[in-house]
Amino acid sequence: MVTKQRDAAIVGIHEYPLRKVDGLGALQIKAESAARALEDAGLNWSDVDAIYDAGDGAGGGMGGLSISEYFGIKPNVIDTTMVGGSSYEFHAAHAKRAIAAGKAKVALLTYGSLSHSQTFRIGTGGRMGAGPASPIGNMEEPWGMTLISNYAMVAHRHMHEYGTTSEQLAEISVTTRAHAMRNPEAVQAMKDLQLLPGAREITVEDVVTSRMVADPLHLLESCIISDGGGAIVIASADVAKDCRHKPVWLLGTGEATKYRENGGDITTTAAAQSAPSAYGEAGVKPDEMDIVMIYDSFTITVLAILEDLGFCKKGEGGSYVEGGRLRFDNPAGPALNTDGGGLSSNHPGMRGIFLLLEATRQLRGESTSQVPDAKLAVAHGNGGMLGTRHAAGTIILGKD
Amino acid sequence: MAFGDQPLPRFPEPDTEPFWEATKNHELRYQVCDDCSGIVFYPRRHCTHCLGNKLSWKSSKGEGTVYTYSVVRQNYYPAFKERIPYVIAWIDLDEGFRILSNVVGVDDPAADVKIGQRVQVEWQDYESVSLPLFKPV
Repeated sequence: MVTKQRDAAIVGIHEYPLRKVDGLGALQIKAESAARALEDAGLNWSDVDAIYDAGDGAGGGMGGLSISEYFGIKPNVIDTTMVGGSSYEFHAAHAKRAIAAGKAKVALLTYGSLSHSQTFRIGTGGRMGAGPASPIGNMEEPWGMTLISNYAMVAHRHMHEYGTTSEQLAEISVTTRAHAMRNPEAVQAMKDLQLLPGAREITVEDVVTSRMVADPLHLLESCIISDGGGAIVIASADVAKDCRHKPVWLLGTGEATKYRENGGDITTTAAAQSAPSAYGEAGVKPDEMDIVMIYDSFTITVLAILEDLGFCKKGEGGSYVEGGRLRFDNPAGPALNTDGGGLSSNHPGMRGIFLLLEATRQLRGESTSQVPDAKLAVAHGNGGMLGTRHAAGTIILGKD
Repeated sequence: MAFGDQPLPRFPEPDTEPFWEATKNHELRYQVCDDCSGIVFYPRRHCTHCLGNKLSWKSSKGEGTVYTYSVVRQNYYPAFKERIPYVIAWIDLDEGFRILSNVVGVDDPAADVKIGQRVQVEWQDYESVSLPLFKPV
């Protein structure tokens, strides 16, 4: 069990409730979420001495500088790590280290996005030929790889090597949808965004008969595109003891990259590198996890990462997820994405912050799909694209 | 390039320009490090295996196998939208490098393309470069 020093904890959280935002800009979502998260902690802007920002929200192009001015804070630590949807796990890891080193006491992480309102076709509308010329762009753009086909190629290889089936992958969509139906904000999202097949639970049959978007991935294996945002306050142990909620400790962290290599294995993700570091620092094992929050951009993302996080062996993810093992009310396995995930609750483009938010709600006992007395959670963000290059951040969280 | 056109490599881009220059002669090039014999692809100036920066260009026979693929059935980008459904694939060339490309020349992409399938390069010519595509052998 957990033996390591507890030096940093999540003490304040806020998830912006709407997935179809009416009237607010992305920066305003960040500021609103930050204020509510600080209120949740019992802190104020003036307490914040470390700012983490992935450059979302069109902050004027100066990252940590302009966002500090916008919020009205004077941080000692400024970190603008941008690794796509996993940025927030990296930010949490860096905040833990800055606090442990005595360089900061209160860290603020925020996210805001209007991906739905601005009709970003994240998965299927590649904005080809944008930005400066690059080696990667020159070697990938001419052939029309969409984001979903990038992930689909991982799924195809996984099926080829291990016999994984679409029905097994569909289990992940079914479980997250069941959790989403218990989350009023997710149910509202299904109505506001008019998601198929309506605001109801779905079956394996629904998933595998939904439209094929990029073989072998179906529409109902794909995350939604929503607006949204949120904020997290991470504090030192001495600050945390006076906050409004019991601390949710950051017990271990791991960071890694994975990219295409000649002869490389596309079915193994960066989690295989980041997870051992996180478990090792925390002094825990995968089978001790009550909650597993995995960036569910597509079903295959979850399946491959479950294996690399050590919940089963490489190639056995298909049989592992069968039979609703990852439902919140099934004690046979950890509970997966109990807020409904990116598949059924929200996905404004960089979902990593929501993994930490829901893990915190579980460890506080506040989830809408609460696991009784949940003690340990793993949040794993995956940023970039699974089949070409991605970054991964693993965070182990625990309560007293 | 106007929005909606077939995306093509853009220059100046010093790492990949020699690769694309050779495509005009229908030559599929990759790099081998003079110091450690490591294969480098995509093209770069430096070796990713050792600290060398003397890389030699080699010419591939253009024969390989499909490592993995997907059939793209939805793409809002105009140049690709008109080709749906089409096959995107990672191809392992026999010389030991992996390239992203399309598998073409099949009647039914979902039925006629397989992982492990042998493929051979064929070229699609544009004004500035030729694109390497692959067809089943």
